Amino acid sequence: MRAEERVHLTRRYWFSASHRLHHPALPDDENRELYGKCNNPGGHGHNYFLEVTVAGPVDPRTGMTVNLAELDAFVQNRILEPLHESSLNEQPNFREQVPTTENLCVEIYRVLAEGWAGIESAHRARLERVRLEETSSNFFEYRG
Amino acid sequence: MIYLTRRAEFSASHYYHSPSLSPEENQRLYGKCANPHGHGHNYVLEVTVRGEIDARSGMVVDLKDLKEVMAREVLEVLDHRFLNREVPVFHDVIPTTENLALEIWRMLAPKLEFCSLHRIRLYETPDLYVDYFGPAKDGNGE
Repeated sequence: MRAEERVHLTRRYWFSASHRLHHPALPDDENRELYGKCNNPGGHGHNYFLEVTVAGPVDPRTGMTVNLAELDAFVQNRILEPLHESSLNEQPNFREQVPTTENLCVEIYRVLAEGWAGIESAHRARLERVRLEETSSNFFEYRG
Repeated sequence: MIYLTRRAEFSASHYYHSPSLSPEENQRLYGKCANPHGHGHNYVLEVTVRGEIDARSGMVVDLKDLKEVMAREVLEVLDHRFLNREVPVFHDVIPTTENLALEIWRMLAPKLEFCSLHRIRLYETPDLYVDYFGPAKDGNGE
């Protein structure tokens, strides 16, 4: 049997959500200056593209680093279902912090990392990176 | 250090079957991908090499040479093939995207004596890709 080699597998998803950038501790004029159009009271929306990267050995029995069906179900349940077609400002995790894409990226990583032990096929792989594209010009990565 | 990436596409079919697993386990693990008639992808391959810029030519590597090696060692071997049946290494190795990335590295690395291979990235679909940075040097990965 071949020696195990280590690869990095990236899976890409998308969800649509709205947000408004507004810090409750700052006065309105500072919020407007800090966030510009992103502070508009009605919010605005994005089609976010999410990449989840898993690093680990290739299982010589299955040829896989992680079972994609398991990973997809996990991301669907923990991330896409709660966030898709939602207002991020109404999410429990964003009552106390501004739903910038930076904060969203970190939050998605945290949720995935906390539930990672529940992905049976990924017991030898680790969550390496969450990458989030807010628009085709802005993207963010977090590696924990 | 400069990193240069060349992209190429190839079309191939495959199916997933592990001889270590029972027929029921194969079906449960791989689902529709276990169909022995196979299914296909337009794979997108990115080969990244690294090096310093040659003062005379202004290039890290002569792209003509890189393209020739990619075509001869990888694309002509894999393009328009049923991987499990027509590419010898995949008679025994399951042609998952992970294993394909590993094998493409093994095909290319010995033939790229004129540059340093840094990464193989292989897209099975636009939403799924694998990166391989070569054999671990210290047992802890790249």
